[in-house]
Amino acid sequence: VTRRTLEKLVMECLLGIAGRDFVVFASDCTAAHSIIVVKDNKNKMVRLDDRLVLLISGEPGDTTSFGEFIQKNVQLYKIRNGYSLSPHAAASFTRQNLAKALREGPYTVDMLIGGYDEHDGASLYYLDYLGTMAKVPYTAHGYASYMTLSIMDKNYKEGLSETEAVDMIRMCIAEVQKRLIINLPKFNIHVVDREGVRTIDDEKMET
Amino acid sequence: MAKLYDGRTTIFSPEGRLYQVEYAMQAIENAGTCLGVLAQDGIVLAAEKRNTNKLLDEVAHSEKIYRLNETTACSVAGITSDANVLTNYLREAAQRYVLTYQEPMPVEQLVCSLCDLKQLYTQRGGKRPFGVSLLYMGWDKHYGFQLYQSDPSGNYGGWKATCIGNNHSAAVSMLKQDYKEECDLNEALALAVKVMSKTLDATKMAPDRVEISTLTREKEKDKVKIRVLSEAEVKHLIGEYEKQQEKEKKEKEKERERKEREKKAAQAKK
Repeated sequence: VTRRTLEKLVMECLLGIAGRDFVVFASDCTAAHSIIVVKDNKNKMVRLDDRLVLLISGEPGDTTSFGEFIQKNVQLYKIRNGYSLSPHAAASFTRQNLAKALREGPYTVDMLIGGYDEHDGASLYYLDYLGTMAKVPYTAHGYASYMTLSIMDKNYKEGLSETEAVDMIRMCIAEVQKRLIINLPKFNIHVVDREGVRTIDDEKMET
Repeated sequence: MAKLYDGRTTIFSPEGRLYQVEYAMQAIENAGTCLGVLAQDGIVLAAEKRNTNKLLDEVAHSEKIYRLNETTACSVAGITSDANVLTNYLREAAQRYVLTYQEPMPVEQLVCSLCDLKQLYTQRGGKRPFGVSLLYMGWDKHYGFQLYQSDPSGNYGGWKATCIGNNHSAAVSMLKQDYKEECDLNEALALAVKVMSKTLDATKMAPDRVEISTLTREKEKDKVKIRVLSEAEVKHLIGEYEKQQEKEKKEKEKERERKEREKKAAQAKK
């Protein structure tokens, strides 16, 4: 993993906040190659299952192939066994693959996995390219984490409502757009809960 | 005719049979009996112990019941050395799953993975099939308490109550008559003892001839308990069964005497 590829990881922004029975995600929409913005409406969210979402950033080829690999394996498990992988099991499976590849041909990707499970409620997992996995109430990837984690630390309460979580995400996005030198004009906000995955349309986000 | 097609497992006979697989199942017909009963709040596995030679040193924990992982256990009937290889495989498969998914392997998936291996030995390699049938008991969050049976062909099925090994058909017909789906663990234990005593070789059932284990779950702690009953507990169960037998015998006697008296009274009237 070279310095150049590592630099790619920090330029993008992934955010996640988990409540008791929902998870709110936000990801930026910029795909850049060196100084050029190649795409400004890239969706960095992969739907693994009806109530399970993966946010993935990093090395462009790796994001697509690893993201699809995880998605297809989650679906294969579901078809083979007649029931879905829990968010914890899916995140563990993902981590296992990252860890295996690390010492041979690493995937330079950072991820957030989150979803709703009948048995355990909503959960959010932080994963990085080294094979780290941690269950967290809220988190962020990239340079953006320097600005947003403190906002979340201050405002997060256990059992917070979906509105409070979405407002917090908006606060974080605003701060990133204000203080980060990299221009990230557009963000996608998604919510996963018992009903499934939905997008939060927000024109406010475009500057 | 059969002899011409016996040689290798990979070959069908002209009638479309796999003789090696059938012969493997034959090996289990004479093996120690194993039976399983599914209750509302747990599962019972009872197995006949064949190694009752006094010179044999005591086994560490269990002779016929194998713990596969935190939530599943199995019992075997057939060639013991084959069984050891298979239970080893099952334990490894269960741990491989937990390594990847960080949660216990669902019971059916574990059974399935072994059956896929067993099937391989009926099709490839020119090796003989495993001469083992297994009874599995387990709990998982998807289907709760489950009881499965697998045989040398690689086939498996989910059961409410079943039996393998010596006298298994007699046992299965008994279970068909007496099994009640709403039974609790104690009733299942009583039923297991009753059926076991009828299928064992010796006329009298004794604690050193049979091994009984149960699988239950403590809901609050989210913990599955797999337990092999002690000799004292088995003795107690056998005692209860014999008392029940005595009671039934006396009642039958009374009934018979009553019928005799009625018959005599009817005759006297004539």
